[in-house]
Amino acid sequence: MNRYALWQYLIIAVSLLLGLLYTLPNFYGESPAIQISPVRISTSFDTALLQRVEDTLKQANLEMSGVFLEEGSIKVRFADTDLQMKAKDLLESALGNEYIIALNLLPNSPQWLTSLGALPMYLGLDLRGGVHFMLAVDMEGALEKSLDRYSIDIRGTLREKKISYTGLEKQAKKLVIKFRDVESRSKAEAELKSSFEDFALSTEDVDNRYHLIAAIKPEVQIRMQDSAVMQNITTLRNRVNELGVAEPIIQKAGADRVIVQLPGVQDTAKAKDILGRTATLEVRMVDDEHDLDAALRGRIPAGTELYQERGGGPILVKKQVLLTGERITDAQPGFDKDNQPAVHINLDNHGSRIFKQLTRENVGRRMAILLIEKNTAEVVTAPVIREEIGGGRVQISGRMTSLEARDVALLLRAGALAAPMDIIEERTVGPSLGADNIARGFNSTLYGFLAVAIFIMVYYTAFGVISAIALGFNLLLLVGLLSIMQATLTLPGMAALALTVGMAIDANVLINERIRDELRAGASPQLAIYAGYERAFGTILDSNITTLIAGIALFAFGSGPVKGFAVVLCLGILTSVYTAVFVSRAMVNLMYGNLRKLDKVPIGVVWIPEHGYSVNGEADFSSENAVTETIDSAKPKRGKQIEESDVKPHIVSQTSVMAEDESLAENPTKTGTVSKTVNKAKNKRKSADTKKNRQQ
Amino acid sequence: MELFRFQHNIPFMRWRRVGAVISIVTFILAVFFISTRGLNLGVDFTGGTVLEIGYNQTADLEKIRSVLTDLQMSDASVQSFGTSREVLIRLPIKPEFSSAQLSEIVLNALREVDSSVEMRRVEFVGPQVGQELLENGALALLFVSLGIVAYLAVRFEWKFGVAGIIANLHDVIIILGFFAFFQWEFSLTVLAAVLAILGYSVNESVVIFDRIRENFRKLRKASVTQVIDGAITQTMSRTIITHGSTQMVVIAMLIFGGEVLHYFSLALTIGILFGIYSSIMVGSSIIVLLGVKREDLLKPEKRPLENDGAVV
Repeated sequence: MNRYALWQYLIIAVSLLLGLLYTLPNFYGESPAIQISPVRISTSFDTALLQRVEDTLKQANLEMSGVFLEEGSIKVRFADTDLQMKAKDLLESALGNEYIIALNLLPNSPQWLTSLGALPMYLGLDLRGGVHFMLAVDMEGALEKSLDRYSIDIRGTLREKKISYTGLEKQAKKLVIKFRDVESRSKAEAELKSSFEDFALSTEDVDNRYHLIAAIKPEVQIRMQDSAVMQNITTLRNRVNELGVAEPIIQKAGADRVIVQLPGVQDTAKAKDILGRTATLEVRMVDDEHDLDAALRGRIPAGTELYQERGGGPILVKKQVLLTGERITDAQPGFDKDNQPAVHINLDNHGSRIFKQLTRENVGRRMAILLIEKNTAEVVTAPVIREEIGGGRVQISGRMTSLEARDVALLLRAGALAAPMDIIEERTVGPSLGADNIARGFNSTLYGFLAVAIFIMVYYTAFGVISAIALGFNLLLLVGLLSIMQATLTLPGMAALALTVGMAIDANVLINERIRDELRAGASPQLAIYAGYERAFGTILDSNITTLIAGIALFAFGSGPVKGFAVVLCLGILTSVYTAVFVSRAMVNLMYGNLRKLDKVPIGVVWIPEHGYSVNGEADFSSENAVTETIDSAKPKRGKQIEESDVKPHIVSQTSVMAEDESLAENPTKTGTVSKTVNKAKNKRKSADTKKNRQQ
Repeated sequence: MELFRFQHNIPFMRWRRVGAVISIVTFILAVFFISTRGLNLGVDFTGGTVLEIGYNQTADLEKIRSVLTDLQMSDASVQSFGTSREVLIRLPIKPEFSSAQLSEIVLNALREVDSSVEMRRVEFVGPQVGQELLENGALALLFVSLGIVAYLAVRFEWKFGVAGIIANLHDVIIILGFFAFFQWEFSLTVLAAVLAILGYSVNESVVIFDRIRENFRKLRKASVTQVIDGAITQTMSRTIITHGSTQMVVIAMLIFGGEVLHYFSLALTIGILFGIYSSIMVGSSIIVLLGVKREDLLKPEKRPLENDGAVV
């Protein structure tokens, strides 16, 4: 009756093995490393660079414990953080600003584990130190700004079409244009409708004044918001690259929010500074008349400045700003009519008018687009103007790969930052606190586990040992599962891990208590084990589902640290049901299931009350007493603890009663067989049951 | 070893009036403290900045306070945190500074006075985020409560669902009462503990309810209170052992978990202790109060129709 089929044992063995395999990487720890990746996708990146990195480090006598090229970045391991810091400084000066040199931690697990995809859990910011920011895009501000831009455009259009108006005001996110008469208003309405598709127009008459109200359409607002957030993310990504963070997370959260996580960043002041920067874009003319070499020697001509062109050499640029980034509404990579990679830039009305004039006057010369961020400026691109460009659609092409086109478009959009951003949440954890937190979480789990395991083993003896081992397997599976999922482990997550240990033992306590109950009721050892597991299962399921409901709610509504807690809690519930019910059962079956004659369940001393263990108080059920009487001989002695000597005679008589069941239930692979068996033995069992209910 | 040796069923239901008085009094006290003193909401919910800093030697709180006063931040609270070398500074939201600046300004000023100061943690939560976290917390509480009632109602009967959730909300209110009375900081992690307790201590009620159902099935003639008393007595041992085990882990967390997990484990401790009481006395008393009957859990057997024969 207490046997599992071979495949059941196999499933359990395989699951435990997998758990062990994926838990293993967590024990190897991590070693300091440097990660080198290109700033732009287009930068060359190959084994030659790998060789260069190796040579540079060798020359400086910096001993590294491993170098390899992986997923578009070079990783160099070091024995300690001291070497790591030295190497970082060295490589930064050797490789220049084409590459991002970031400090990182690499798992120490052996190659064969890594190739199996077994990686350690990802440590959250509160455990490894770092910065977490939540930024909100100021949509109100962005809307205001674009309304300002539109009002200039509208004024221009009305003037161009010679439509007279008395005023234009910005009121509560709307533009109100005032007219003296209905005719000019309807003329203006028709004109605006055709040239400003983003507006919903309505009219209003206020004491002899005829108002035309232009409001940005809701769908356009949503589009603006989305593109503003995306632009901001792009900008942030560029800036984070500059910080040299190995695994930054920059993601959209909700409609207007961005989350930035920079693990391992120690200089938080610099991080905040760089993230909070505002970038501007300027269009100026390139000065090709003056001598560049002279300028490089320090004689910069008046009215010009010397800048670096991105991916090119130095370049002289005039100081006069012709156009700023605010006029750029979009920049996308694409292809020109010859199918060459190109960047397409859209300008707003005002911008395109300026641009038309600018290009007309400067055909054949070069213009420069500069990205200025906090006193540092660089020329993103410096194309030659071939012809006059009107209509606000500009295309830059030639001499660029599609990757470069993408980079340029990104930078242009980044420079024309659509909306200001505010940091609305910040969580910074210093590296020392991170290490402390790991120790705290680990110690809580370890000592909690030990306390529970020791208590359970003392209380339930052999079955307690099985329960404790099952609890250990639970932790193993849980950590393995978290590693497979590459879940982020946080301090609340570790608390949940510890709490899982405390809560998971509940299932085993339920089972063991149930087995004791069955023994008290006089069941044979094998039957008691069987019934204990079977009957406790429903209860275990019920009680875990309610905790699971709480866990799911925490996951759905919680944020940040609470989510980490919820993930571990939910997974812990699943693994604990599995280990407490199936894995511990398998161990019990392996050890006791095959014993033909099990004299005693090693589950500690089972105490039986003096007057029988009564479930129904003093109620008198004399009518059924006769039934009970018939099997009185099989009744265990009452009022004493069943010590070994006491148990034997009782158990023997009991087994003789149950012998029929046992033989019939020899091969209970299906539950059907079992119940049939139980039915056959019904008479005896029924009396045993009644006895159980009442008389013990 | 067997810790609990009950010769007879313990007549819990006979004491349910006493239990009701205890519950109602603690409940009213908890509500009283929550409403008068209020919860000491952490920066997660109120918004503001928290700075945890560390020194090499015992920190001079007075000096830190005077530095902050010089910065026009006399409304900051300064207290030692965990050890005497670690200090927690709380700053309310200052509209004139951005969050990033605020913590830097304070750190730089402190660094001038004592260069050994080390930044351990900065937390800034903007006012709108705090509001959202509070709303989400309330939503989670609501969702868990409804989910549990629904589950118990389906698995048992609506009376059990209502009893289970009242018993456990009673625990939650008492935890909150403790936090209000002692003015312990109520943070996001404490909220997580409270919700975990809600799910966890329902277990207790579920185990007892399960036994009640089983006993109803087995003991056709026992009275309702006898069945309930029997169920509680039978599960008593398991209740104490399970909660004891969980409490052992929570104690490990209290000892080793540091300040961050301190209030988390305190909330769990209160929840576990009151969880034992409430599932025994409150949950079961309520199902008696709601007039639970054997038929609520056991479907009556269908009798064959009396006139089985042909009908014209």
